[in-house]
Amino acid sequence: MIYKVISKPEFRRFIDALVKANNSFGPRLADRTADGKPVYRFMPVSSVDEIDFDYTATASSAKHFFLPFSEELSRFRFHGSDWEQHSAYEADPVVLIGLRACDISALNILDDVLLNGNYPSPYYLAKRKNTFVIGLDHLPLPDCFCKSLAHHTVSTGFNLFCSDIGEKYYLSINSSKAFTYLKEFQTEDPSYEDNCLLTERRKLISDSFKTEIDVTSLPSILDIEFDSPVWEKWGSKCLNCGTCAMVCPTCYCYSLEERFDIDLKGASRNRKLYSCNLVDFAVVAGGHNFRPKNGDRLKYRYYHQHRGFAENDNQQICVGCNRCGRACLADINPKDVINDLRMEKDSCMICVSQSPGRI
Amino acid sequence: MKNPVYTFEKLKFASFEFTCCEGCQLQLANREASLAEFFSLLDVRTFREISSEKHDDYDVAFVEGSISRSDEIERLLAIRRQAKTLVAFGTCACFGGVNSLKNRYPVEECIAEVYDGLPVESLPVRKISDIVKVDFSIPGCPVAKKEVEWIVVNLVTGSLATLPKYPVCVECKEQLNTCLFDLGEICLGPITRAGCDAVCTTGKTPCLGCRGPADDINFPAFLELVEKRGLSRRDLKEKLGFYNAFEAYPCP
Repeated sequence: MIYKVISKPEFRRFIDALVKANNSFGPRLADRTADGKPVYRFMPVSSVDEIDFDYTATASSAKHFFLPFSEELSRFRFHGSDWEQHSAYEADPVVLIGLRACDISALNILDDVLLNGNYPSPYYLAKRKNTFVIGLDHLPLPDCFCKSLAHHTVSTGFNLFCSDIGEKYYLSINSSKAFTYLKEFQTEDPSYEDNCLLTERRKLISDSFKTEIDVTSLPSILDIEFDSPVWEKWGSKCLNCGTCAMVCPTCYCYSLEERFDIDLKGASRNRKLYSCNLVDFAVVAGGHNFRPKNGDRLKYRYYHQHRGFAENDNQQICVGCNRCGRACLADINPKDVINDLRMEKDSCMICVSQSPGRI
Repeated sequence: MKNPVYTFEKLKFASFEFTCCEGCQLQLANREASLAEFFSLLDVRTFREISSEKHDDYDVAFVEGSISRSDEIERLLAIRRQAKTLVAFGTCACFGGVNSLKNRYPVEECIAEVYDGLPVESLPVRKISDIVKVDFSIPGCPVAKKEVEWIVVNLVTGSLATLPKYPVCVECKEQLNTCLFDLGEICLGPITRAGCDAVCTTGKTPCLGCRGPADDINFPAFLELVEKRGLSRRDLKEKLGFYNAFEAYPCP
């Protein structure tokens, strides 16, 4: 990693040049809610003035730039009694500006799932490699809990990360591409004071979290609480609408479908991001549904987020952005569900605890 | 890799309209880019909107509209006798549609209002499945031609045709739309069957449920949502009743 500082006007010139020369996306005000709150979205930008650098968090994550909601994986053409398959992995270069630390952590987790396993996805790889990621630090929203999962800072997975230290941005340069681009612009080595300001900035961010979730031992608690009434309680509220998984930066479950072309001379294989909360997620051939109840489906979303992956790869895949909690029309959110599960156990502790006290 | 040659027969196809605006049938003649391929899958035997030819030897009948006269019942029964596959086509056929608004008033009052006292026969509106067995339903006001194309391809190839079981929210989120509830509206997206690509909500128009309820919806939770957001119960009832698609979910 190389560290530099850049004045804010020069930073804007740098970003402006970048977005003018590339297919770029950045945070922009998309709407205002009925009670006046801003709603942000990663949208196409063609000049620096269109980017809202002071945005809070986007309603939907940046996942779809790497893992589109729908994607054609293969095309088939029939020739007489034969057929051939074409798969195209090419991805056009994209500049993505303003990702938060937790958003970049989410990409690192997707890397683990989609690149670092036994069967790397060429579709994901092409997009990941061809996307220039610029991170931007921010003060947490009151319901952000990424600190509980240690994703409020990030040290890899981006090309450039910018920390706001007042008059300047403190740049963490993590790729030769970013370093080369920046050569054209006036940057300086951080001074002692710049380093102090960065430390202060990080401390301010870290101290600003208002929501905390105790995720220690969560995989084990989830194992123990498999039959907990908590699942039915929250499941009964669930609308089965899949919104949580759609806005989530790490939910990657999908369905695959092959369809004939309308001329019947070919076919396509398509992937569609799905959600474990959708009613037919666990329906198998013959029609049996392994998870017919809302509570079962909700439970498995939490299991995948906080247990399954933690057991296999020693990390929970939730990054604590709380997009699911904000988007849920039924007010289901990780903090309340997980705290409820913990309370269940705590109340058990009160009645049966025989642990020896401290001597 | 060697594979048997695919040979398929065209569907002996007929399209009929009852009480409706014929807009769903018009969709069959829409989406010009694939129109030639679409009609090459069909041997059109009867389809008044696009051809004056009429033959009664069809296998697959698309039926648009609801039933609101006794002669319509006779025609529909005849279609059912002939068709091997009868498809309820569009929201009116599937649920009664906008026409069902009439059922809220005495029939005589409607006739007096609309026909100014002319002696016109008009029955309370019924959906197609109230009269005959329906083999497949394609809801939508109007139907989504892309979905129709896919279903027709499946009928031709003998594959399983299905509609999405999940609600519109999935497709709305794919479009990155701001939730209309957050904009202070009542939207039926969370309880309505997807497949429309969230075309209304993408245009910031709340979903009125033209595709009917998704599978296994959580209606009590939806009522609670409207209540909790302080939105109008009357507005909700208007929206639920608009296409008569939520008949099975009475709103107190």
